Amino acid sequence: MSVLVDKNTRLLVQGITGKTGMFHAEQSLGYAGTQVVAGCTPGKGGGAVLDGRVPVFDTVVGAVEGTGANATVIFVPPPFAADAIMEAADAEIPLIVCITEGIPVSDMIRVKRYLQGRSSRLIGPNCPGIITPEQCRIGIMPGYIHKPGRVGVISRSGTLTYEAVHQLTSLGLGQTTAIGIGGDPVNGTNFVDCLKLFNEDPATEGIVMIGEIGGTDEEEGAAFIKAHVKKPVAGFIAGVTAPPGKRMGHAGAIVSGGKGTAEGKLSAMRDAGVAIADTPSDIGTTMAAQM
Amino acid sequence: MKIHEYQGKQLLREAGVPVPLSEVVFDAPAAAAAAKKLIETTGNEIVVVKSQIHAGGRGKGRFKEHPDLGGVKVVKGAEAAAAAAEKMLGSTLVTIQTGPEGKRVNRLLIEQGMDIKRELYLGVTLDRESGRNTVMASTEGGTEIEEVAHATPEKILTETIDPAIGLGGFQGRKLAYALGLEGKTARTMASFLGKVVAAYDELDCSILEINPLVVTGDGQVLALDAKANFDDNALYRHPSIEELRDPEEEDAAELEAKKWDLSYVNLDGTIGCMVNGAGLAMATMDIIKYFGSEPANFLDVGGGATKEKVTEAFKIITQDPKLTGILVNIFGGIMKCDTIAEGVVSAVKEVGLQVPLVVRLEGTNVELGKKIIQESGLNVTTGDSLRDAAQKIVELTQ
Repeated sequence: MSVLVDKNTRLLVQGITGKTGMFHAEQSLGYAGTQVVAGCTPGKGGGAVLDGRVPVFDTVVGAVEGTGANATVIFVPPPFAADAIMEAADAEIPLIVCITEGIPVSDMIRVKRYLQGRSSRLIGPNCPGIITPEQCRIGIMPGYIHKPGRVGVISRSGTLTYEAVHQLTSLGLGQTTAIGIGGDPVNGTNFVDCLKLFNEDPATEGIVMIGEIGGTDEEEGAAFIKAHVKKPVAGFIAGVTAPPGKRMGHAGAIVSGGKGTAEGKLSAMRDAGVAIADTPSDIGTTMAAQM
Repeated sequence: MKIHEYQGKQLLREAGVPVPLSEVVFDAPAAAAAAKKLIETTGNEIVVVKSQIHAGGRGKGRFKEHPDLGGVKVVKGAEAAAAAAEKMLGSTLVTIQTGPEGKRVNRLLIEQGMDIKRELYLGVTLDRESGRNTVMASTEGGTEIEEVAHATPEKILTETIDPAIGLGGFQGRKLAYALGLEGKTARTMASFLGKVVAAYDELDCSILEINPLVVTGDGQVLALDAKANFDDNALYRHPSIEELRDPEEEDAAELEAKKWDLSYVNLDGTIGCMVNGAGLAMATMDIIKYFGSEPANFLDVGGGATKEKVTEAFKIITQDPKLTGILVNIFGGIMKCDTIAEGVVSAVKEVGLQVPLVVRLEGTNVELGKKIIQESGLNVTTGDSLRDAAQKIVELTQ
């Protein structure tokens, strides 16, 4: 079992003819037979890429009609990424994963408004993507560190997710699905959404939650855990040492006005019964101790 | 990105938002001339000399060289303005936001004195919970909004902005009446609010704060201060704002890093860090602290870094005079460990290595990366895990 993506997922790659899009489309094709069924680049429709294995369409709606794609991954540059997300939502693709880093906040505010009342779920932007080990890879993560298993992983950071996944794999716990929700201040799917999914997934026996400074998404996740989650949860928050008011790489990682501090998040998570890893090297063992 | 008050006021002026008459100056004679001109235009002898630095709390701040002098001085006449300017320019202003080292004042704003009846607060920023921009207004002008939020949260009025509509006229009126304004002044305020929100949106601000916003004796509404920060992700569509950058206000190493598209923040500690990924970079800083030392910087080399970029990143880290050691922590995904290893080796050969270096590599091409480090003959300690690497660099630097 898994959440959101599995071997039946039919993936469209928006921006497939760009360097990054092409590279990762190929990586996904080579990972456990992930079904990369179509690409989309306006003006390049009608052809095919990757040795003719993946047809390219001018529009997302054309790709959906032509291939039955039910998920899309976006590798479109920042000035055009918001439009690409809305095009996918307009084509009613159920799952939209946006990898692009550096989208203006005002663009994402409009995207969020556009998505209201529509059936699509957005993951990201500025995220590593989502993977169900040995079934489906959507995004930019190194596939080989993952292993099918019992832990659901939710994270705002890319490489820190790899760190946690690698530890879970080494300890033999593996993952059901790993979701990177992204480091931007305005994003699609949040911690609460993912916690709900993993809480309801019978194969997920434990949940790892990796947050960072900024915003209140972790606090809301903690409140949800306290009220609804019976499965063990292990957590880590990055940015204890970050000075206030400075942007730490991710646009979302900024502590302002005393809100969004690591201390506030950690205390909310502890209060919800989440086992906190003291260092990023202890995420796996902290999870294992709870299971 | 941050700009100065006088630049923010100019942007507001261009957006049709009323601001007092003022002029930016860089020396005392220019301050006298600007004050003289203001006095002639307004017939009011009172002028205000305002230090221009990228930090708040200037009024309550004090100069290191002149402990009696605040960063904002109300004076009478052009000579007094010149005298205040003489003292302020080149001196170091310490405010609640600058830290104890303070900031050197190189620019002053000379502004007309106003007949202030009421001081209000206005701020526009992103509300992350709703994913929408929000207007905050308060009767407690002149006070830090964080203080108001803490002491009297009921005094902060908010209106959420629907991105499809902008700030509705009714929302502007609602705020104006709730702030206790009446008649023509309330209508003037509603129009003022609409223009400020439009400017925030048009310029891709991340914060636009007017504190205080004043109502004068004759019912005018003006922005007496302006703090504008911009969304770095949107600067590509605002080249004219990028030109307002004041390099003297920014850290030299951070500017150098920006040229190479590296995400770097200078910190107070002594252990330099080079990491891929923002979250892992923060977590690496945290684990250094956990083992009892302090990070000298935040540095994310990003996912698609080349050997050249890694070399430059390493050079930027080693320029820090506080440095006692370096920790390189890479979890290769897209970023390959051998690329990092080559970059580190080439940088060390170019700039030398005066402090201990611990390298921890994991992920894509890890064996190849480790081999490159070993065969380089350089004095590098390797870490097996992040915990191991962090412990080693802390031990080596104590």
